[in-house]
Amino acid sequence: MTRVFRVRTELRRQLRRPRTAWTFGLVVLLPVIAVLAFEFGTDRQTRSTGLIGLATASAANFAVFMVLVSASFLFVVIVALFCGDTVAADAAAGSLRYLLAAPVPRSRLLTVKLVVGLLLSLVALVVLGLVSLAVGAIAFGWQPFQTLSGDDVAAWAAPLRLAGSIGYCAIVLLTTAGIAFFLSVSTDAPLGAVGGAVMVAVLSGILDQITALGRLRSLLPMHYETAFLGLLSSPVQTDDMVRGTISAVAYAVVFLSLAWWRFHRKDITS
Amino acid sequence: MPFALRSRRRARVLAALVMVVLAAAAVVAAVALRGPSYREAARILTVHTGPGGREPVRLDTTLYVPDAASAAHPMPAVLLPHGFGGTKASVAKDAGDLAKLGYVVLTWTAEGFGHSGGRIHLDSPDYEVTDARRLLDWLGHRPDVAKDGADDPRVGVVGGSYGGALALLLAGYDHRVDAIVPQITWNSLGTSLFPDAAGGPPTSGVLKRAWLGQLFTGGLALGTDPSCGRFAPDVCRLYREAVTTGRPSATTAALLAGSSPAGVLDRIKAPTLLIQGTADSLFPLDQADANARGIAAAGTPVRVAWYSGGHDGGDGSPPDHDRVRALTAQWLAYYLKREGPAPGTGFTFSRVLGRQGDGTPLTNAFSTRRYPGLSGDGPAASVRLTGPPQPVANPPDGTPAAVSSLPGTGLVVDAADSGLSVSTEIPGQAAYFQSPRRTHPLDVVGTPTITVRVASSSGSAVLFARLYDVAPNGTATLVGGQAAPLRLTGLPSAASPAALAHVPPVRVRLPGVVHRFDSGHRVRVVLDTADQAYAGPAAPATYLVGLGDPVARMPQVTATPVVDSAGVWRPVLAGLLGLVVLGLVAVVLVARLRRRRRDADVDPSLVDVPLSVRDLHKTYADGFRAVRGVGFRVERGQVVGLLGPNGAGKTTMLRVLLGLMGPTSGEVRVFGRRVTPGAPVLARIGALVEGPGFLPHLSGVDNLRLYWEATGRPWADAGLEDVLAIADLGDAVRRRVRTYSHGMRQRLAIAQAMLGLPELLVLDEPTDGLDPPQIAEMRQVLRRYARDGRSVLVSSHLLGEVEQTCTHVVVMRGGELVAAGSVAEIIGVDDVLPQHRLEDAFLTLVERQRS
Repeated sequence: MTRVFRVRTELRRQLRRPRTAWTFGLVVLLPVIAVLAFEFGTDRQTRSTGLIGLATASAANFAVFMVLVSASFLFVVIVALFCGDTVAADAAAGSLRYLLAAPVPRSRLLTVKLVVGLLLSLVALVVLGLVSLAVGAIAFGWQPFQTLSGDDVAAWAAPLRLAGSIGYCAIVLLTTAGIAFFLSVSTDAPLGAVGGAVMVAVLSGILDQITALGRLRSLLPMHYETAFLGLLSSPVQTDDMVRGTISAVAYAVVFLSLAWWRFHRKDITS
Repeated sequence: MPFALRSRRRARVLAALVMVVLAAAAVVAAVALRGPSYREAARILTVHTGPGGREPVRLDTTLYVPDAASAAHPMPAVLLPHGFGGTKASVAKDAGDLAKLGYVVLTWTAEGFGHSGGRIHLDSPDYEVTDARRLLDWLGHRPDVAKDGADDPRVGVVGGSYGGALALLLAGYDHRVDAIVPQITWNSLGTSLFPDAAGGPPTSGVLKRAWLGQLFTGGLALGTDPSCGRFAPDVCRLYREAVTTGRPSATTAALLAGSSPAGVLDRIKAPTLLIQGTADSLFPLDQADANARGIAAAGTPVRVAWYSGGHDGGDGSPPDHDRVRALTAQWLAYYLKREGPAPGTGFTFSRVLGRQGDGTPLTNAFSTRRYPGLSGDGPAASVRLTGPPQPVANPPDGTPAAVSSLPGTGLVVDAADSGLSVSTEIPGQAAYFQSPRRTHPLDVVGTPTITVRVASSSGSAVLFARLYDVAPNGTATLVGGQAAPLRLTGLPSAASPAALAHVPPVRVRLPGVVHRFDSGHRVRVVLDTADQAYAGPAAPATYLVGLGDPVARMPQVTATPVVDSAGVWRPVLAGLLGLVVLGLVAVVLVARLRRRRRDADVDPSLVDVPLSVRDLHKTYADGFRAVRGVGFRVERGQVVGLLGPNGAGKTTMLRVLLGLMGPTSGEVRVFGRRVTPGAPVLARIGALVEGPGFLPHLSGVDNLRLYWEATGRPWADAGLEDVLAIADLGDAVRRRVRTYSHGMRQRLAIAQAMLGLPELLVLDEPTDGLDPPQIAEMRQVLRRYARDGRSVLVSSHLLGEVEQTCTHVVVMRGGELVAAGSVAEIIGVDDVLPQHRLEDAFLTLVERQRS
């Protein structure tokens, strides 16, 4: 017997949605727009510091810059969209009850939906990285990556660090994915699920700015969001990435468990 | 609905109980985390101080007494002096923490500050040290403080900077002190404020003008006297003279020496934990080094710890901050309470690896068994520097000047990576010497030394030596964030580089550092003629600066890494991931077991009955009882109409029988198998419930295709062409569903329900949105559908259509079953009033129920 509701099926259902196309269009266009902005920017005298100042040093520097500026908001929105909209949109369209009556077992439905949501999110992140590398290589050349401390990372090794950075971003975003998914099974309003997850990230970001909270801040969902910068310095620093991974895995487990628990007990009234 | 109300009330009571328990747990946890409690008592103590002990001065004090301390259980005491410019409030948190650890803690505002009387004497033995001795007397009379003898309290002193020097001086002048932890403080105020990296005394040192200004501004702001503030007259005179001349007079040197622990180190018997920062341009590492050597020479146990903070770097990295606190607690526990393991006389330090976004350093900590000093514990590494003798100019009045540090701003100078670097040089005023690129990393712990030869047009020279780490792309980072000033006198005025070779070389001690020069990096030494933080000579002059020995000596320390809090997290992560995997496996196993048990639940007498509903109840979460004790059957070949007005519970019933909702009680069986959410037997049902549900961005045919794919059944079984013919949508089937009318969607939904020709077809209000010809056609379709042993369950509130379509009828009202049977039976249900139309029968039934 062929298996009920395969990932392939759900992928086909999601890929043809306009919002998927818009999202991928955006992550492809964004690096191109950024390159144009760097190329045709009028103010060439002002020198920025840090990774932003180094953005035009090489393809890898540009890609890292793109990841850095996207990490705190764009990535969050993308993940919240793919993981928050998924169940709630089917509930809103009414197709959820037909899937469940087909019958697709509830955990099967959640598993496939989560896998597809995470997969699309990851692909969006990777596409942004690859497009940035490509347009960066055209605009700024395939030079060694310059770290903040002034050390060079060989051009061939830089994509590995970039991959590590994107991978870490993806792990940290599991928190957002978990919250969005939990909201998605709890509501019939896709916008509520996506907006709620983004709101949590924004709120966490604001609280994280309040230094008076001291070490309590490390408990905030997105506190270790930029720890991948440790991969881009010399020597590589991974301590905060380890903490960030623990935080993300813990949050994801809690919220995904809640999502499963809730969906299994839920009366489908939509 | 008494049951529902009761269950809702019960749920609320339960929720309230849970909240109360959680709140109680939170309070208990908060109390437990707060730890043992203590009392605070603020009082003004008047002590007699001054050279003859005849000057009364009022000290603003606070005593922290642990609740557990009493005359029967006296506890050791800790004096907690504050830093320069602070008050007792600046150490209140530390005092509370120490009180929780079981110490009677006394804090006070030093004289000349805050609400205390007196004047600022810079830790003078006659004043501030005498004040502290009188406080020891006072503690010695308290019954709740542990004693070593009459009037001899068991007491430790913990303080930073101004308070740290007081700890050292008090231990030197008063043998009742049992342990001290001086932090980021001085050995000699003279060499701190007038340093000379060439080894000269303070009288030939270079004034650390920026820091002195910072410190005195703090004191000036306090009093009513605009020129001297609350400074004692001799201290005020010292400041004016130092800033005016840039050099200390003999009187000043004597005053600074009196306020320096250097003179009393041999008298310190209290075990000493010295904590010094590597980001400290006010009291650099050499100050703690001199203290450590002096105290150890007297045979007193000394332990040294360096951390990544200091007067420029604050608390340093979080693990460093934790380590310093832990070392302090261990030191006091062992020497005051006689508890815990012996702390030993080892050495810990940390190296900054980089910085986080907010400037907080990331560090690795190391330890050795004994303190190696600033020259390392083995032969120093040699680094060959190259660079010709270079002429440099001393600018008039020291302006413009290079910047190495901005005292008191908290700006971290060597943080090139956070874009905060303030280090700059002025062309023509600096001589550069640097090494080739390193082929392998070089670790430096201590004071690097170089030798220079200098000629001067004026016969003397002031230079500022700085050590840089130059990255492959040319970015230079000032190592240690400070310059080492040196004053050279009696210099010849060599006119040529060749003549410089005959000038005697001078050894220069660069600032103490903990640093790694990575592969590919260069070591660079720069000698500047002016630095904004220092007071150089005002007269313009020209120097010729060259290297003596071209080899720089880099001290080495063999140390073992300390596992700090960061290291603990790796096993935690591994454990967490392991738990997640175990949890997933357990959940999957349990789910599989439950599924197997469910699949085995078959009623053999019903295997040929498409649908059997028994005593079904459904109560919603809000307490609404939608279905109450309904039971009926659908046999093969029947077209059953489920009738009832709006709100009769028809849709709820259908949701339960499709597994979208669990029943509150009772059961639904399809072909003998119990219906649960997602039960495989549901594959034998095709359904339309509560209107169509399609993805609006896909075409009609794609919606059907993907729906069928989701069921996991073979494509060949779908019979797509047949159902599309029933839906009769024509070419519209290739358009997006978004563009469909209500009726088109309804027809598509009926087609979807018929995909694969299920044995039981469940249709909820199928004629909704259809026009009369389509309704007529629908009747034909349903009757034909039931011919081959298949069954249909149609719900409707429009009775006319059911009458013409159905063989059997189930009538519901208000969640209850009113009647069930063949259409003929229902029409003849009332013998008194013979009914000929189902409509009339239905109304009769419903009315009868109502009355």
